Amino acid sequence: MQGSREQLPSVAGSSYPYALAGLGLLLLVWGSYWGLALAPREQYMGDVQRIMYMHVPTAWCAMLAPTFGFICAVLSLKSSNWRWDARLAATIEVAFVLGFLTCIQGSIWAKPTWGVWWDWDPRLTTMAVLVFALAGIMALRGFVDDPVKRAVWSAVVMIVVAADVPLTYMSVKWWNSLHQMQSTPGTVSRAFYWPLRINAFGVLFVMIALISLRTRIASLRLRAELAPPPAQG
Amino acid sequence: MSALLAALRKDALLQWRTRTQLLAIFTFGASTLLLFSFAIGPNAEALRLHAAGFLWLSLLLSSTLTLAESFQSEMEDRALEGLLLLPADARVLYYAKALANWLQLMLLGIGLVPLMVVLYDAFTPRLPELLAVIALGTAGLSAPGTLYSAMTSQARAKQTLLPLLLFPLIVPVLLAAVKASSLLILGDPMGQLWSWAQLLLAFDLLHWSLCGLLFGRAVED
Repeated sequence: MQGSREQLPSVAGSSYPYALAGLGLLLLVWGSYWGLALAPREQYMGDVQRIMYMHVPTAWCAMLAPTFGFICAVLSLKSSNWRWDARLAATIEVAFVLGFLTCIQGSIWAKPTWGVWWDWDPRLTTMAVLVFALAGIMALRGFVDDPVKRAVWSAVVMIVVAADVPLTYMSVKWWNSLHQMQSTPGTVSRAFYWPLRINAFGVLFVMIALISLRTRIASLRLRAELAPPPAQG
Repeated sequence: MSALLAALRKDALLQWRTRTQLLAIFTFGASTLLLFSFAIGPNAEALRLHAAGFLWLSLLLSSTLTLAESFQSEMEDRALEGLLLLPADARVLYYAKALANWLQLMLLGIGLVPLMVVLYDAFTPRLPELLAVIALGTAGLSAPGTLYSAMTSQARAKQTLLPLLLFPLIVPVLLAAVKASSLLILGDPMGQLWSWAQLLLAFDLLHWSLCGLLFGRAVED
C-alpha cells in the first residue's frame, strides 16, 4: 500500500460553510429577483427565457463540480490521504444533484422553445450520461464496505469517467445537434449580464458550502469506520 | 512480454475449459436478438433499419455476462492474491485478461452476425469492414469492462454494479459502432464510415492505456 492511510481526516467544525451558504442564497434571491422582475423581456422567447438566470449558472457549476471531483480523485490516489476521499465523496453527490437539476431545468426550458421535453443534443445527452455515471459511482461507494477499497475504486472510476466525457460529447455531437450556442456573459446583452453573474456566484457559493458540509459528514463517517474497536472487558 | 504471453495463455485456457459458458452466453445473445424483433413487429423494412442497433445492444447485454464471469474464477480460493504475488506487473494480468475478454466478445459478435442477417434481412457485402467494426467495438467494451469487473467481482451486488458502471461509460462505443455497422448494412453514400471508426479507435486507445495504468491501484490496495 502506497502513501499513508494512518492519518485520519480532521473534522474541525468551522462555521464558514454556513456563512457561505447564506451569502450564496442571498445572491440567488437578489439575482433571481433582478432576472425575473427587473431585466427586460427577451425578444423571441418572451418570459420563458428568464429560466436562463437559473439554468446557465447551474449548468456551469454542474461542469465545475465533476472537474473538481476528478482533481480529488487524482489527489486521493496519489496521496492516499483520507481528506481527498472525503472531498471526492462529497463532490460526487453535489455534482449528481447539480447535473440532475440542469437536466430538469433544461427540459422545462426546452418544452416551450423547442416543443419537446428532451432532445438528443450533445450537451444535454452528455450531461445525462454524466449523471448516470455519477450515480454508478455513488452505488459503488454504497456497495463496498472496506474503506480503503472504496476510496481507491471510486477514485479510479471517477478518473475513467472524467476522461470519457469529451469523447461522449464528441460522439453525440456527430450523431445529432440542435442546442443553441452556450450563453456566456460575453454573448448576452448588458441587460441580461448582471442577474446572470450574480446567480452564477450564488450557485457557486452554495455548491462550495454544500461540498464542505458533506465533506465534514464523510470525514466523521470515516473516523467512525477507521477507529479501533473499543477494548473488551 | 513472456509474462504477458503466459498470463494470456492461462486466461485463454480458462475460457476454453469453460466453453459451455460461452455457448450459454451466445444463446442468451441470440435470444435477445429474437426478442428485439418483437418490439418492432413483423415489419421487414423497419427491422432492417434497426438491425445494427439490435446487434450491438445484444452484444452489450451479453458482454456484461462475459465480463462479470471473467474475474469470478480469480476470486475463488483468493486466486487473484496469488497472481499478484507473482514477479510480474499487475498490468500484465490486466492486459492478458482484457485480451482474452476481447477475443471472447469478438467471437460472440461474429457468431451473432449470421443471425442478424437471417432474422433482420440485414446482409452486407462489406463483411471484412463489419468484422473490423466488431473488433474495434468489442475492444472498447473489453478495456473498461475488465477493469470494472475486477472491482465489482469483489463487491456486494456485483450483478447490478457492473452494468451500472459500464453502460454510461460506453455510450461513445455504442453510438459509433451502431452508426458504423448501420452504414455498412444500409449503404454509406457520404463516406462517413471512417470518421466513426476513428472515434472507436480513439476510445480504444484512451481506455486500453488508462485502464491498464489504473488496474494496478485497483487490485493492489
